[in-house]
Amino acid sequence: MILSDAEIRKIAHLARIEVSDEDVADLQPRLSKILTMIEHMDSVNTDNVAPLSHPIDAVQRLRLDEVTEVNQRDTFQAIAPNAAHGLYFVPLVIE
Amino acid sequence: MHNHTIAELRKMLDTKQVSSVELTQHYLKRIHQHQNSLNAFVTVCDETALAQAAAADKRIQQGQIEALTGIPMAQKDIFCTQGIKTTCGSKMLDNFIAPYESTVTQKFLDAGSVMLGKTNMDEFAMGSSNETSFYGAVKNPWDLETVPGGSSGGSSAAVAAQLAPAATGTDTGGSIRQPAALTGICGIKPTYGSVSRYGMIAFASSLDQAGPMGKSAEDLGILLNTMAGFDPKDSTSIERPKTDYNALLTQPLKGLRIGVPKAFFNEHLDSKMADVIQTAIKLYEAQGATIHDVELPHNDVATAAYYVIAPAECSSNLSRFDGVRYGYRCENPKNLVDLYQRSRGEGFGAEVKRRIMTGTYALSSGFYDACYLKAQKIRRLIRQDFLDAFKTVDVIMGPTSPSTAFKIGERSKDPIQMYLSDMYTIAVNLAGLPGASIPAGFVNDMPVGLQIIGNYFDEARILNVAHQYQLLTDWHLQAPKDFK
Repeated sequence: MILSDAEIRKIAHLARIEVSDEDVADLQPRLSKILTMIEHMDSVNTDNVAPLSHPIDAVQRLRLDEVTEVNQRDTFQAIAPNAAHGLYFVPLVIE
Repeated sequence: MHNHTIAELRKMLDTKQVSSVELTQHYLKRIHQHQNSLNAFVTVCDETALAQAAAADKRIQQGQIEALTGIPMAQKDIFCTQGIKTTCGSKMLDNFIAPYESTVTQKFLDAGSVMLGKTNMDEFAMGSSNETSFYGAVKNPWDLETVPGGSSGGSSAAVAAQLAPAATGTDTGGSIRQPAALTGICGIKPTYGSVSRYGMIAFASSLDQAGPMGKSAEDLGILLNTMAGFDPKDSTSIERPKTDYNALLTQPLKGLRIGVPKAFFNEHLDSKMADVIQTAIKLYEAQGATIHDVELPHNDVATAAYYVIAPAECSSNLSRFDGVRYGYRCENPKNLVDLYQRSRGEGFGAEVKRRIMTGTYALSSGFYDACYLKAQKIRRLIRQDFLDAFKTVDVIMGPTSPSTAFKIGERSKDPIQMYLSDMYTIAVNLAGLPGASIPAGFVNDMPVGLQIIGNYFDEARILNVAHQYQLLTDWHLQAPKDFK
């Protein structure tokens, strides 16, 4: 599987990762190699096999709908790059 | 003082031969002495470690002794430690001081053990050589030009160089067992769900599992007894009665049925390593174990399925690093998308970006069925292979890794070569089974690891099998010449 530069840029955008022209040139052969290796899966017939998402087939544990966490907003915001008055600051989203 | 196991240190502490403060000072000194050559630690916690040691000495005085009270150890820098930097080997978290404690490190604190520091690791645990760390490569104490394995390479190097008697690791595709093998120490990845993932920075949630790394099988059991157990804070934690992982240690090997998969002795395995592993298996046979061929027919597609499932889960897990709530944020973002893209582009290293992008591709519209669903179906086939094998054998044995430690830089250019380092460990994670690696000899003066895989929740049996071998051999007691 060979990915084009445009495909690399599309994936990078979906992943919200900025890539330079240099990055694309570096990623192109490496990602293509990885995807070619992944194609090896096609050698296995998986008709009528159910997908497995949890190795022990455990079911989701449920608990009572009770408040278990205390409010720690200030603690969590103390490590934010830019927060004040209980708010996280980001560049203007709506003009 | 530093060539003792935890079991031995326990006796020395209890009989007042040594205090925890003295032990801690000794290990801290060794850590600082070898930090420049090995780069095994990201953070060394001199002050808090000595305070914890003093508190442990008081506990010992008062007779409030648990198995690990006063025992110094190192924690992989993937576990959140309240008030102490937790980087996960990434620039993204270079400034991150966790606001809470992981369950694993909390359990060790409660037991009165001493945290010497946080060990270096591949960035976000993605790597098999410790070369992807933002803090630089870790060196293998057996040969400083080679890698210590990964991703728990700081932990493996620290234990091998006797900078700590034990350390924690995490294993998503082999990240405890492969570095243990490459540095000549012991490590075990428990059954998925045995050790809490709460506060352990997530890579691939359905595969990630923490476990101990140490000098002997007995030490691994002592550590697991503290580490493991049900945790309501982890939604995938398995609820089971508490077990003593060292309960079967003295059981004789007579009648043990060992499965040896042909798939683990393929063309990728170094022939001298194959000889070392066969010699180890013969020793088991001499003790009354029986050897059986087992088939793991889908092992050769495990790597392919893993490099769909693990990146897919990582692309989802690492979407939380957005430059908004914590961690790295780029300078002067133009708009919100620019903030996301540059914070992630600048904050993540090359391997992490490759894996996020591989996972993004696998989950993207049009590829989901052919990629992600296909990999999950193969995962079921791989698990079935093991279930079939365990109908006739008690444990499965083979090499942990296809080669001994390779040179720094040798495989970093080719992702596939690097990924193949984990070809004998990955299937165990996909199946969620427990697996250990113990030292079994040397090839060209570099350590070789024997992998022992058990059935679900059969860790005590694995440790029994490993311990009985260690009663007859001294591979686990060897130390690299410059770190004796």
